[in-house]
Amino acid sequence: MAEVALASPDPAAAEAALVERLRAGDEAAFQGLVAGLYGTMLTVARTYVKDRAVAEEVVQETWLGVIEGLERFEGRSSLKTWILSILVNQARTRGTREARSVPSPALAPADDAPAVDPERFRGPHEQYPGGWRAFPASWKPADQLAQDRETIRVAMRAIADLPLTQQTVIRMRDVEGYRAEEVCATLGVSEADQRVLLHRARSRVRSALERHIDG
Amino acid sequence: MADGTLIRCQEVVEVITDYLEGTLSPEHIAIFEAHLALCEGCQWYLDQMRITIALVGRVEEEEVPAELRDTVLAAFRDRRA
Repeated sequence: MAEVALASPDPAAAEAALVERLRAGDEAAFQGLVAGLYGTMLTVARTYVKDRAVAEEVVQETWLGVIEGLERFEGRSSLKTWILSILVNQARTRGTREARSVPSPALAPADDAPAVDPERFRGPHEQYPGGWRAFPASWKPADQLAQDRETIRVAMRAIADLPLTQQTVIRMRDVEGYRAEEVCATLGVSEADQRVLLHRARSRVRSALERHIDG
Repeated sequence: MADGTLIRCQEVVEVITDYLEGTLSPEHIAIFEAHLALCEGCQWYLDQMRITIALVGRVEEEEVPAELRDTVLAAFRDRRA
């Protein structure tokens, strides 16, 4: 997979090697890249086109564009960033063509929901205003919690229920390990907005896990 | 987080991502950590947030639908023809 190649000590050299393999027609390298980028590509596409089937078409068209453009790729941006920029262009074009969908990502929708239910904190006229009424529970380590597959499924469902831009951010950052700058470049958002989206997403997933873990 | 004042638990949960992302100012980090040192509830909360991130990291990545995979692979093969 691409990630394996990119994890080597010199990422730039590893990426140049990957590009060479792709140009030489290395099918395993190509399939690894397609698999490694699929989740991110699909969520990014879905911030522009609502329909999942259309989003899948956008991903497919993007790969056809990548194959065609591979010889022209100059390595000025990273390969991933270049592929995602082709995707965003494709998705934007499709988004404006689809009557029902939005032309640009519905970013930072007025979502000021607090990270934690305000009822969990003491009111302004009580002793220690803004302090916990009851402390959050101490959880077992992630390794132990993950042994219950239902816990992971709860996290997956919580992510699927998030607004799409939050989904994209938490998937890119926490599922697939992209850096904040890569998310900003792909979605065209500021670092501050990226953090707000990540914060909302993580906070909501934590709440869902809390309901499951603490019962 | 109001400057120069102590932070409340209700504010801790809102700046926690800034803390984890390393974007708080040194002054705000000091206030945040001073609160944490005294507040077990917020220590557990920070812990829960770290566990949440670790669990999200175990969510499986979406699989490529077979049809899409076959179509793009065929195009990749044809490219050189």
